[in-house]
Amino acid sequence: MKERMTPALLYLNGVTVAFDGFRALNNLALEVEPGEMRAIIGPNGAGKTTMMDVITGKTRPDTGEVYFDGVHDLTRLDEAQIALLGIGRKFQKPTVFEMHTVEDNLRLALKGNRHARAALFWQETPKEQAAINRLLDVACLGAVRDRVAGTLSHGQKQWLEIGMMLAQDPKLLLVDEPVAGMTDAETRQTAELLKQINRDHTVVVVEHDMAFVRDLNVKVTVLHEGAVIAEGSIDQVSANERVIEVYLGR
Amino acid sequence: MRGSPLIRALDRGSIAVLVVLIAMAVAVPILNLVLPPSSALHIPTYVVSLLGKYVCYAILALSIDLIWGYCGILSLGHGAFFALGGYAMGMYLMRQIGSRGVYADPILPDFMVFLNWHELPTYWYGFQHFSYAALMVVLVPGLLAFVFGWFAFRSRVTGVYFSIITQALTYALMLGFFRNNFGFGGNNGLTDFKDILGFNIQAETTRVALFSISVVTLAIGFYLCRAIVASKFGMVLVAIRDAESRTRFLGYRVESYKLLVFTLSACMAGIAGALYVPQVGIINPSEFAPGNSIEAVIWVAVGGRGTLSGAIVGALLVNYGKTFFTGGTALSLGWLFGLAPRFIADTPAFAAFKDNFSVIPLSPYWLFLLGGLFVAVTLLLPHGIVGTLQRLSRGRKRPINSEGEPVAGASQTRPAE
Repeated sequence: MKERMTPALLYLNGVTVAFDGFRALNNLALEVEPGEMRAIIGPNGAGKTTMMDVITGKTRPDTGEVYFDGVHDLTRLDEAQIALLGIGRKFQKPTVFEMHTVEDNLRLALKGNRHARAALFWQETPKEQAAINRLLDVACLGAVRDRVAGTLSHGQKQWLEIGMMLAQDPKLLLVDEPVAGMTDAETRQTAELLKQINRDHTVVVVEHDMAFVRDLNVKVTVLHEGAVIAEGSIDQVSANERVIEVYLGR
Repeated sequence: MRGSPLIRALDRGSIAVLVVLIAMAVAVPILNLVLPPSSALHIPTYVVSLLGKYVCYAILALSIDLIWGYCGILSLGHGAFFALGGYAMGMYLMRQIGSRGVYADPILPDFMVFLNWHELPTYWYGFQHFSYAALMVVLVPGLLAFVFGWFAFRSRVTGVYFSIITQALTYALMLGFFRNNFGFGGNNGLTDFKDILGFNIQAETTRVALFSISVVTLAIGFYLCRAIVASKFGMVLVAIRDAESRTRFLGYRVESYKLLVFTLSACMAGIAGALYVPQVGIINPSEFAPGNSIEAVIWVAVGGRGTLSGAIVGALLVNYGKTFFTGGTALSLGWLFGLAPRFIADTPAFAAFKDNFSVIPLSPYWLFLLGGLFVAVTLLLPHGIVGTLQRLSRGRKRPINSEGEPVAGASQTRPAE
């Protein structure tokens, strides 16, 4: 086992990503402690989604370090390897397998052997069936378990995707705008669900909805033009002059 | 989702397909060999061979549907794997000719004697043994698909770019096989076959046996494809087809899934080619023509992509149409593929009608008719024949969920592009 670089579960330092000269991330530094829930906010184009892409292996940073669990250099691994290390991701636009049933979506996400040959001869165990039933309860999707996922409502798809992320049992959950397009009641329920998940998982939430972030009541990081401009409780950052300037304009 | 995929593979529709195929494998030989030629139900041997050819095409279509319909890999070069399997079988058949060739050389096939070659090239060694040739039928297409797929899928070549390089693959092979010094008979290919496993290849019984073997192979291939599709592997394939990057973020190594299914599919196409060659009696480089591979994709689209049984229906139907359009007359077209009942066909009025129309051959227009069929299917049945039928029946009896209530909207499923 290699020496831990850092006690943080997720460690980004000096990360820069440029697309055709446009710096989506500019010398970004971020540390997330194990067991923490962190909210990341920032205006459009602040680099929130690019940061997720860098962490999950979709985009390679031009420079900078990205470490998971202190030992894994994420800039050297691909998406599947990173997912297997225990990083789950929920996309901004809910992405579920539209042609599969709700239950099969969870089944595909459920932690287990991902090898092609194993999948050919795979048979479901009672333990796996029980795990799927439990997830259906957590995500409140029991009544629609046999529905094809493409026919679910927007909110249900968001919840299914959160359920799929839980099914992977990751150490770190990256949740990109979980309440976009949800009603107020659904937003509150989602905040509750995330808090519940946070009891035994580390969570990073990217969100626009300030009321939702306030509901979560966790440490907030503000991104602007690819770099961190403020960090602290929601009250602290909303009092920060630079943040007000960025959000309200000069 | 409980039980082995080998059992889950057998839903109602699949059992029906298997029953029809087995019945075909048994009934056609009886109708050909047992019934006298004068009987109305007698099937002439040339029809049996023609059907056998269609069945080989159906195996090819099935292999394409497995990767295209379920994993979204559109290969426009599957004819290459079919032809390679065919060449492996053709090499065995050439070696069986022995001294009965025109030049009576006991070792060298005729075309090599003609080219003034004195020794058998090393890559022809071993092909006098059927078991070796049979191994090569699977191994050569499989290996090519593995190497090709390894590079393509690892570099994440997808969609239309993948289709284009598969076209290039089959075109390059065609150019290679056209060359005399490639050692596969140049543009004449391999032909003049005499025996297969000691049986005369021209004999009626051999041809009928080859037909039945082809149908049984199709049935086995269909069952295997069903088992693959019903397994968790099949679920992952569909997941890749519909949301490839999501599948990666769940930790699935997409390239190894694609590579495995692509290689399996190429092996299947190779077997189809190997069964095809003894039934048509020739294999030449035109089998590698890019148009052939595209046509095979059209069979799948006509029958219904992502249905498996649709691939079989499409291949049989389009090829029947092709034979019919090149040989029939306007009369038979008017009478719905010549199925006019006897009691109408015997009336005097019909006889007059027949005299006027039976002289117009369809063959000059056959490409237009075939093209019209494709256009009609694409416009009127975008999900193919079987796909449309499945959607109709699904709309009638909607799926029931675990609470016993009909599931709303479940009939709106659509295959992804």
